Amino acid sequence: MPELRFTKDHEWIRVEDGDVYAIGITAFAQGQLGDVVFVELPEIGKKVAKGGQAAVVESVKAASDIYAPVSGTVVAANDALAGEPGLVNSDPTGAGWFFKLKATETAEFQDLMDQAAYDAFVASLG
Amino acid sequence: MCWRNRPPQRMRCPVLGRVCVGVHRVAQSESSAQTLQKTPLHALHVALGAKMVEFGGYDMPVQYPAGIMAEHLHTRTQAGLFDVSHMGQVTLHGPDAVAALETLVPGDLAILKEGAIRYSMFTDEAGGILDDLMITQRGTSLFLVVNAGCKLADIAHMQAKIGSRTKVEYHEDRALLALQGPAAASVMARLAPNAVGQKFMTFRTGDIAGIPCFFTRSGYTGEDGYEISVPAARAVDLANALLAEAEVKPIGLGARDSLRLEAGLCLYGHDIDTTTSPIEADLAWSISKRRRAEGGFPGAARIQRELAQGPARRRVGILPDGRAPAREGTEIVDAGGAKIGTVTSGGFGPSINAPISMGYVASAFAAPGTQVGLVVRGKTMPARVAPMPFAPHRYFRG
Repeated sequence: MPELRFTKDHEWIRVEDGDVYAIGITAFAQGQLGDVVFVELPEIGKKVAKGGQAAVVESVKAASDIYAPVSGTVVAANDALAGEPGLVNSDPTGAGWFFKLKATETAEFQDLMDQAAYDAFVASLG
Repeated sequence: MCWRNRPPQRMRCPVLGRVCVGVHRVAQSESSAQTLQKTPLHALHVALGAKMVEFGGYDMPVQYPAGIMAEHLHTRTQAGLFDVSHMGQVTLHGPDAVAALETLVPGDLAILKEGAIRYSMFTDEAGGILDDLMITQRGTSLFLVVNAGCKLADIAHMQAKIGSRTKVEYHEDRALLALQGPAAASVMARLAPNAVGQKFMTFRTGDIAGIPCFFTRSGYTGEDGYEISVPAARAVDLANALLAEAEVKPIGLGARDSLRLEAGLCLYGHDIDTTTSPIEADLAWSISKRRRAEGGFPGAARIQRELAQGPARRRVGILPDGRAPAREGTEIVDAGGAKIGTVTSGGFGPSINAPISMGYVASAFAAPGTQVGLVVRGKTMPARVAPMPFAPHRYFRG
């Protein structure tokens, strides 16, 4: 199993290859957001700081910012979401990934919540 | 992730508001749940698994487990049941009610036969809109349905201005349900013999599933359908009887908003308010020849002037060329980048599978097909002014 971490903004980040990470939103987040109708992805080569706005996801009713969970450079974007934004709902941690980052500092990843901590965090939201 | 579109608190009268299904919003509504009002169907919504949010001072279902998209499409293909009990139901009693109410609204009420309904609006002295409403001629009285967030102000307004001419009765003891969609008529025919043959924008009384009600053939979705007034004590029985029919599913406020946006219908507090006149809002159709000529309602001077000369700006439909929704507050610009207006409602239209918006533009840009720009997150996206409704109305006119 590739290593997976989570943020309090309900994003997941997964080790893809060394210092390259894939990023998306969690099953809980897509459930809260509802039917996704549009995703705005960052351009390849864009540099983002941890916590900086990197993408936008829109459901029927709400627009939400997606933040970079770690600092780095965008190296891939999931173009499939342009034609099929509903992948974010149907497969949020798989085919519904948003973008990939080459991280500046891998330590930032280790500081994020693991699965157990994130599950406890979601449970605490009631 | 941050849910950006929280309901704007400054809105005086949000009927449907910026419905946000984000966690922040849910947490907010939970913390203030004890101060929110509940409709007679509240426990039923919770039992059906609804996600509840604050709306107009009420704890209301924004969606059920099916979700906004499925609920929207179900209403367009079958029949949806909406709880709109938060809206205000008011009766004006007495022989002078018609003449009295005509001093507050530009609608032609004198022309209404018993059982007929008009859409109109309370205007202020400056020609702005205080609220929009439905008015039914019931013979010896008028029956009004007004928006939830405005209802107490509307009642106070009527009591102050025409309370000496007509008795204003607020029906706090009644619930209001809407049954909307192409299957609504066949469902009603099964449960309510007196609904058969009823035409759009008319009123009838009768039992539905044995429960005494009155109902109008009207709605807020663009579909054929009914709004049903029922004693609060029988509201759950009525809702359960309707939900027992195979075609009927419960629909939340989220789909109500996307349905009315596709139908090109105004949401008070967003598309119309005290800063917009009925003429700017493209509601001139609701003002008859007699009332245009005679005036006699608040703000008549401005409304007559705008009818004669044309308003400076108009409410129009807008179709973005791309896939990104342009939501309320989005700036509308011309080809040179100069601001020509603002989006007042916008989102995604599930039935037309595309983003849709409505908003006000300077009148020179109001013709359908006019190319405009929408400034979304700092980027200007191409769009076109489009005729409304976006989804065709399917009313039953007999």
